[in-house]
Amino acid sequence: MTTFASHYSYWITVLLLAAGLYIMIARGNLVKKLIGLSIFQTSVYLLYIAPGKLIGGTAPIVSEAYRVYSNPLPHVLILTAIVVGIATLALGLAIVVRISTAYGSIEEDEIVAADAGGRDRA
Amino acid sequence: MKREPVLRVVGKLLIPYMLMFALYVQFHGDFGPGGGFQAGVIAAASIIFYALIFGLPAARRLVPDVVVETMVALGPLIYLGVGVAGLALGGNFLDYFVLDRDPVAGQHRGIFWVEIGVLVTVSGVMLKIFYMFAGHRRP
Amino acid sequence: MIAEHLPALVVVVPLAAAPLIVLLRSAALGWALAFAASLFAFGASLALAAEVARAGVISYHLGSWPPPWGIEYRIDALSAFLLVLVSAIGAVVAPYAWRSIAAELPREQHYLYHAVFCLCLAGLLGMTATGDAFNVFVFMEIASLAMYVLIALGRDRRALLASFQYLILGTIGATFYVVGVGLLYLVTGTLNIADMAERLAHDGGTRPVLAALAFITVGLSLKLALFPLHLWLPNAYAYAPSAVTAFLAATATKVSVYVLLRFYFTVFGAGLVLETLPVPEILIGLSIAAIVSASLVALWQADLKRMFAYSSVAQIGYITLGIGLATRDGLTAAVVHLFNHGITKGALFLLIGGIALRAGGAGFERLRGLGRAMPLTSLGITLAGLSLIGVPGTAGFISKWTLVLGAIEAGYWWLAALVVLTSLIAVAYVWRFVEAAYLQAPDARTPPAGEAPFSMLAPSWLLVGACFWFGFDTSFTVESARRAAALMLGGAP
Repeated sequence: MTTFASHYSYWITVLLLAAGLYIMIARGNLVKKLIGLSIFQTSVYLLYIAPGKLIGGTAPIVSEAYRVYSNPLPHVLILTAIVVGIATLALGLAIVVRISTAYGSIEEDEIVAADAGGRDRA
Repeated sequence: MKREPVLRVVGKLLIPYMLMFALYVQFHGDFGPGGGFQAGVIAAASIIFYALIFGLPAARRLVPDVVVETMVALGPLIYLGVGVAGLALGGNFLDYFVLDRDPVAGQHRGIFWVEIGVLVTVSGVMLKIFYMFAGHRRP
Repeated sequence: MIAEHLPALVVVVPLAAAPLIVLLRSAALGWALAFAASLFAFGASLALAAEVARAGVISYHLGSWPPPWGIEYRIDALSAFLLVLVSAIGAVVAPYAWRSIAAELPREQHYLYHAVFCLCLAGLLGMTATGDAFNVFVFMEIASLAMYVLIALGRDRRALLASFQYLILGTIGATFYVVGVGLLYLVTGTLNIADMAERLAHDGGTRPVLAALAFITVGLSLKLALFPLHLWLPNAYAYAPSAVTAFLAATATKVSVYVLLRFYFTVFGAGLVLETLPVPEILIGLSIAAIVSASLVALWQADLKRMFAYSSVAQIGYITLGIGLATRDGLTAAVVHLFNHGITKGALFLLIGGIALRAGGAGFERLRGLGRAMPLTSLGITLAGLSLIGVPGTAGFISKWTLVLGAIEAGYWWLAALVVLTSLIAVAYVWRFVEAAYLQAPDARTPPAGEAPFSMLAPSWLLVGACFWFGFDTSFTVESARRAAALMLGGAP
């Protein structure tokens, strides 16, 4: 039971990862799919950030007063990953806006149905 | 919302300080939390705040699309320019040590310009995204 | 002075070209810059490949921080080979794009296309050049985001949906990859690929490492469109603008295969991947499924572009089959086929772009009697089709021959027979084009006689020529691949 509780950050990571994947698969609404994608990516941020924290650790400043410090590298990596995530989300939403003007819908099944009707024309 | 006097006054009072706070965050990045990413978002937020109060057309007159697009492109070029400056002064790409006679001062100088590049890009991208989504009209 | 900085410049020059093009805001200048940047990248890649062949691995330290603390760019026999492929295709597609894009995109988007193309090229080159696992992820996302934009530029509204689906699946793939890298980082405390390999050699095989292997395999399989994770590919290729399809088909999936090879054989090591886990069995099984099913599906497509898109899924199956064999000949075949399939598919999609320009599409109903209306284009597609089948004298033959040898050497006689048999399906779908173009009479929907413009024909024929050149002269392809395979399995070439 101690291992279960002491690894809680990993359990949250797994939960977010699975929840994000589930939303992307189960929801037909394109905006909801993007929300799922964001949750999915958030799980990775936690996977990197959580082990970088040492209890009682300070910022990595070289000083006589401090002995224990947290690793700054995961934060830098995840800053990059967050920027990538924002770029993906913004591009995804921009494409959804254009899909909505082209099809008049953002429900996947309606869009597929609209294309199936017009296959031989296009 | 242009006719709301409270909003107009609060906006006019706040926006200069928001921009100044962005600069504070930008230059404090050397010593503590801060830097180009946060400063860029704060600076862009002040313009977005202006757009919310005075309307999108007014914001587009203040910071036209051409300026925004130039910012988006200029930022990476500043960043890459720092890298190429390292090359020109005899180091490797993105070498800050050679940017000054004193290697530590060189590191300061390199990261200063890189953060300026980040500030310009991030605020440009934020404004571009805001303009695109706010300016979208259903045909 | 420039020469020693080439490992960084090969990525930086296309990367810098992108914002410059946006600043200049001109279609003509943007095209010229994109062309110049891709030519520079090609020249730099050739110089790097020559240097690697002469002096061995090149290691470049960004910012003069030594690895494993700083980011290292590391060019060895395998990455140099991939750099040459990607930059060569870039340098061929860039001049082609001028007329092709003019016909397919509204005028105000032209300079943006050239900027995004440069970004995509820089991302793919960066994935190949870097020796840092997280840096691979960053460049992968730069390249992928650029690809989503390029695909969404397609004229058909279905391009939007194809791009969205690719965005979702591609991001899942990249995130799986970064989860795998995160687990490896937790185990080893380093992100430098060479350093990681060294540390894993001591304590590989623990559960987080195996989980990382699984995450990276699934993530990259999505990116390289391994059956059954290929669902994004046919629509993305079919509805993207012609120049984009040619560039993506020839490079994007290939670079993902490269990253997979890098992780399997450099980071995890052949011992862990091939012996403790049933990776070869899974890869061989999925490859066979990909080759057979995608080839059969290709037979029933009503559109030439879609048909060759499914054929790409099948051809990726041949590449992963070579990896699954995991012998020196199998890996050589995989690496050779990366290159040969790249130039063959590049040639095919470039020529199809010419048809799309003249006929407004590449549906089979427009191809009747095309042999008379567009003789050079039809001949080119037929010749490149021969290379796709693997007829002796073409590049495709060399890769299939190496693959068959590798299968026999590994003791899989039935696999060798299967490779030959499935080539017959390729004969069938290439024949569909030949039949439509040469044996059917033109009708109202056939385009009027007239070739695609010279600026589009010349690059296409350059690649068609390459399909035959590398069918006769294998000193570059097979030798480089052999060196790369020896490097991956360890030991003397």
